Amino acid sequence: MTQPYRLSTGGRIDRSRTLTFSFDGKHYTGHPGDTLASALLANGVHLVGRSFKYHRPRGILTAGGEEPNALVGVGRDDAHFTPNLRATQVELYDGLTSESQNRSPSLMRDYGAVNDVFWRFFPAGFYYKTFMWPRKAWTKFFEPRIREMAGLGRSPKTADAARYAQRFAHCDVLVVGAGPAGLAAALAAAKTGARVILCDEQSEPGGSLLAEPEAMIDGLAAAEWLKAALVQLAAYPQVKILPRTIAFGYFPHNMIGLAQSLTDHDGEWDDSKPRGRLWQVRAKQVVIAAGAIERPLVFPDNDRPGIMLAEAARIYLERYGVLPGRRALVFTANDVAYRTALALHRAGCAIAGIVDLRPDAGGPLVTAAQKAGLPVFPASTIAGTDGRLRVTGATIKPIAGGSGQHVSCDVLLMSGGFTPSVHLFSQSRGKLVFDSTLDAFLPGAPAEACSVAGSAAGLQSLKEVLDSGAAAGGGAASYQVANAPLAQGGFIGAVPYHGDPGSVRAFLDYQNDVTAKDVVLALREGMRSVEHVKRFTTNGMATDQGKLSNMNALGIMAPVLNKPVPAIGTTTFRMPYTPVPFGYFGGYARGELFEPERRTAIHSWAAAQGAVFEDVSLWKRARYFPRGTEDMRQAVARECRAVRNGVGIFDASTLGKIEVVGPDAAEFLNRMYINAWTKLQPGKLRYGILLREDGFVIDDGVIGRISDTRFHVTTTTGGAARVLTMMEDYLQTEFPELDVWLTSTTEQYAVIAVQGPMAREVVQPLVEGADISAEAMPHMSMVECRIAGVPARLFRVSFTGELGFEINVPADYGRAVWEDLMESGRPYGITPYGTETMHVLRAEKGYIIVGQETDGTVTPDDVGYAGMIGKAKPDFVGKRALARAAFAAQTNRKQLVGLLTDDPAHVLEEGAHIVADPAQPKPMTMLGHVTSSYWSDALGRSIALALLRDGRARTGEQLYVPLENGNARVTVVSSVFYDPEGVRLNG
Amino acid sequence: MDNLVQTKPMPRLFPLSGKAIDRRCTPVNGGARFSLRLPAASISTASAALGVELAVPVNRASAANGRTALRLGPDEWLLLLSEAEAVPVAAVLEARLTDGRYSLADISHRQTGVVLEGTAVTDILNGGCPLDFDLAAFPVGMATRTIFCKAEAVLWRQSEGRFHLEVWRSFAPYVWNLLAIVSREYAV
Repeated sequence: MTQPYRLSTGGRIDRSRTLTFSFDGKHYTGHPGDTLASALLANGVHLVGRSFKYHRPRGILTAGGEEPNALVGVGRDDAHFTPNLRATQVELYDGLTSESQNRSPSLMRDYGAVNDVFWRFFPAGFYYKTFMWPRKAWTKFFEPRIREMAGLGRSPKTADAARYAQRFAHCDVLVVGAGPAGLAAALAAAKTGARVILCDEQSEPGGSLLAEPEAMIDGLAAAEWLKAALVQLAAYPQVKILPRTIAFGYFPHNMIGLAQSLTDHDGEWDDSKPRGRLWQVRAKQVVIAAGAIERPLVFPDNDRPGIMLAEAARIYLERYGVLPGRRALVFTANDVAYRTALALHRAGCAIAGIVDLRPDAGGPLVTAAQKAGLPVFPASTIAGTDGRLRVTGATIKPIAGGSGQHVSCDVLLMSGGFTPSVHLFSQSRGKLVFDSTLDAFLPGAPAEACSVAGSAAGLQSLKEVLDSGAAAGGGAASYQVANAPLAQGGFIGAVPYHGDPGSVRAFLDYQNDVTAKDVVLALREGMRSVEHVKRFTTNGMATDQGKLSNMNALGIMAPVLNKPVPAIGTTTFRMPYTPVPFGYFGGYARGELFEPERRTAIHSWAAAQGAVFEDVSLWKRARYFPRGTEDMRQAVARECRAVRNGVGIFDASTLGKIEVVGPDAAEFLNRMYINAWTKLQPGKLRYGILLREDGFVIDDGVIGRISDTRFHVTTTTGGAARVLTMMEDYLQTEFPELDVWLTSTTEQYAVIAVQGPMAREVVQPLVEGADISAEAMPHMSMVECRIAGVPARLFRVSFTGELGFEINVPADYGRAVWEDLMESGRPYGITPYGTETMHVLRAEKGYIIVGQETDGTVTPDDVGYAGMIGKAKPDFVGKRALARAAFAAQTNRKQLVGLLTDDPAHVLEEGAHIVADPAQPKPMTMLGHVTSSYWSDALGRSIALALLRDGRARTGEQLYVPLENGNARVTVVSSVFYDPEGVRLNG
Repeated sequence: MDNLVQTKPMPRLFPLSGKAIDRRCTPVNGGARFSLRLPAASISTASAALGVELAVPVNRASAANGRTALRLGPDEWLLLLSEAEAVPVAAVLEARLTDGRYSLADISHRQTGVVLEGTAVTDILNGGCPLDFDLAAFPVGMATRTIFCKAEAVLWRQSEGRFHLEVWRSFAPYVWNLLAIVSREYAV
């Protein structure tokens, strides 16, 4: 017979369809509407996991997100596998494949259970004390062994096949939780016309009403009222209901993180559909209607499979039509457990007894239980349980003392009362206030625009819950409620059990295997703060964040410390409320969309030529253009030769460009750059250096004066955004009186550098409206003209040391102009070159690259550019810093020099240190470091640039670069290796 | 700005040339764009010169005679024009704003446009843009600088269900591919 514990009627499951699923390789059946937990229980399966530390057999404890035991791995294959899911939240679908965790080889026979036999040797703090020595053994032996033993699920080895979505949203009222309070809040808010988002972690809205067969709301049975409420809400176009959506985080200014599961419930069959969606909701008002969580009772051996929370058992019965067992023993400090006993009794489950910690329990439910003939044991406790893989019985003892009585049972249902779910409120920095009549922390003054409604606020009757929801939603509804039970009574701490406290384990935190005794040990060890006790015992540090254990821990601490609970305080709740898969946070940012991949207008041409690209900030830049079987060095040597002897063409489009326009444009640049700009004539270029306020070089670039009031500023590729932001900052905060405006034009222009002795021959035929002869257009000048028929800004400028032009054309024409230039250059063997060749050519000339020769601690003088400083200028950014006495006092600053290795074939490693004597004892005195190092085809040998202490004075000195395979002897030379007179520039 | 004129027709290779998702996302290729910056004192003169009222509230669009100005800040407008308008607009501003206290920067090729339309358009936009698209918060005619995932963008609401998005050319494929992925979540 399948599903032996399934009732023939009742619940919200669809018995007309049968679903097949597997757990640890064994096949079972269930129905739509089941969770994995309810389906397992319907098949009589309680044993679902092994505990974290002692590997104790564990069963399903709850019916919700607070589940600490029933953690399972779910997924048809590794790419769709998710570990550590709570079986109580996993919706059943046909073909679901699941497995238990933390056991080897099987749940029934688990080698790790040896820990349970020797449990006395593993007290709290055991790891801190035991594995201190020998030190090396920690990494080599102890840690790997502990990691193997402990932990929960296995992480999948295959990349996640799922895709994830993200969405921003805004609303007037975000209601968290669609139980009675949340529904009432959403209804009230919707009536006012507000934009409402109502989210709930379960598969359908309703919360406690989904397992409520008795209560009447406004004359309707609860289930009918729920149906009507949802119909009513659906009629409002401005109301959005999100089921399967957990509000996991409360961020500043009412930003709430929601994790909406989209395809988990039907098995993720279609990978093109997102598995889940992360919502970032900005709400004007948040209503937290997150309900309350039932507390376990802390008594000896309270963790055997078959021991579960009383309300959870009732939910399995009423919502899923599942009997948790055939013979139930109920242990309670709360009236609601009587309701569970009565319901189970009606459904045919024998009640072995109701053990009530309270001496004077009364009220309608207690009376009803007595009337039904259920054996009630007032003022009694449970002193122990038995059964290995399933509870088989328990010993009942009067609290006053005396002999115990053993009763047999196959389920033990406990209720220590309810803890309001204040997690989100606490995350919002709202203060919690202890209520001693409820033994609970309740929301106090909020720190954000939020309110708490229903049992999350500690309300106990359904009418109060509904009315508080309506009020939180801005309404004044007064609900009429009948036949609803009152959830009063509760207990925190460890129950009295009359035994040797050293010989029993009463579990407090099921997920981290923390017992009541561990808390007492922590206090004995001198821990006083709840935060210290938490860390010493790890109580509340599992993924459930102590949803079941925190209040009981405080209840144990209070009498030992002789302090009231509020004086001890409680730990802070942090996001996420329940674990959220990483994929939700990654969202769309994966693969090619991880970051924008910026490509120039000429990229497609370079790609078609087989260029090898490199990443420069977000840009893809062509690094070199290999031909045939060339490697990089061969290709770069060929490209360098082409530029030095003929002509090369280079895509410089990524250079940052800023259009600086206005009557005060020159004055603005005077104040920003170290150079003087006032006398630069329109049509001329100047190389500019930009410092930070502290006097160090932050950027450089060639700046062209288009007209009296218009400059074309270029920046480094990586510095474009930073420089514009810095300029805007100064303009708006320091120089608001200047009439000048900045516009980024980086992407307006494609920039094509044509460099080499034949450059003019290539460009000339395409130019209209300008004379680019050497006389009319000398080095460092510019002209507006047309090239290949399109408007252009033509710069005569060189970063290679050769005659060169940089052609700025509107980007949509970039590729066509490039191709025209290639055609024009064909007779001259025009050669496309990449960034690697550009680097070599500029290094041969000693031109610096900001970020390579500079590292944020380099002044203009350090790199030999002191002469560019506009001495007559009253101020510029960094001027005062350069005048500091500290700079003047430094006589051995690192300065830019060239290095030549004794072995001309030896290309030094960039970043290598320079020392005077490699035989000196370590640590050696470092004199500087290599900043750039290349094979120079033009010189037929290696070259290097370096920053060297007092470097310019060391010209001719022989120093050493200690490397892994020996010391390289180098000679300090000028940083300009090639054409030091600059004759070629002016060709 | 005296060299906006072309001497021979050359086709523009747009960042989103040839792209198509479905009828909800369409590239808007071509056209001319300027970034116009002005002090308050010059707004009325410039409005008269352009024939477009620039003194609209910040984050509002203003259009007349086929010329559109999106006011992105107190002193900043994005002008959207036909290509043929680029030269006359630059010339008329130069002629009328005689004190030279303004900045006109040609950004025709810096960015490109995408039109988004349909019932799910605000959902699709909220896949990468954190703004509130309720009509009360983002009415028709509103235009603002914002972001779409990791790309900067200018967004202009042309009607309740139609938006014009401007992104820099090198970010356009990224934004376009994201729009394609997000829009798959909503039926056409």
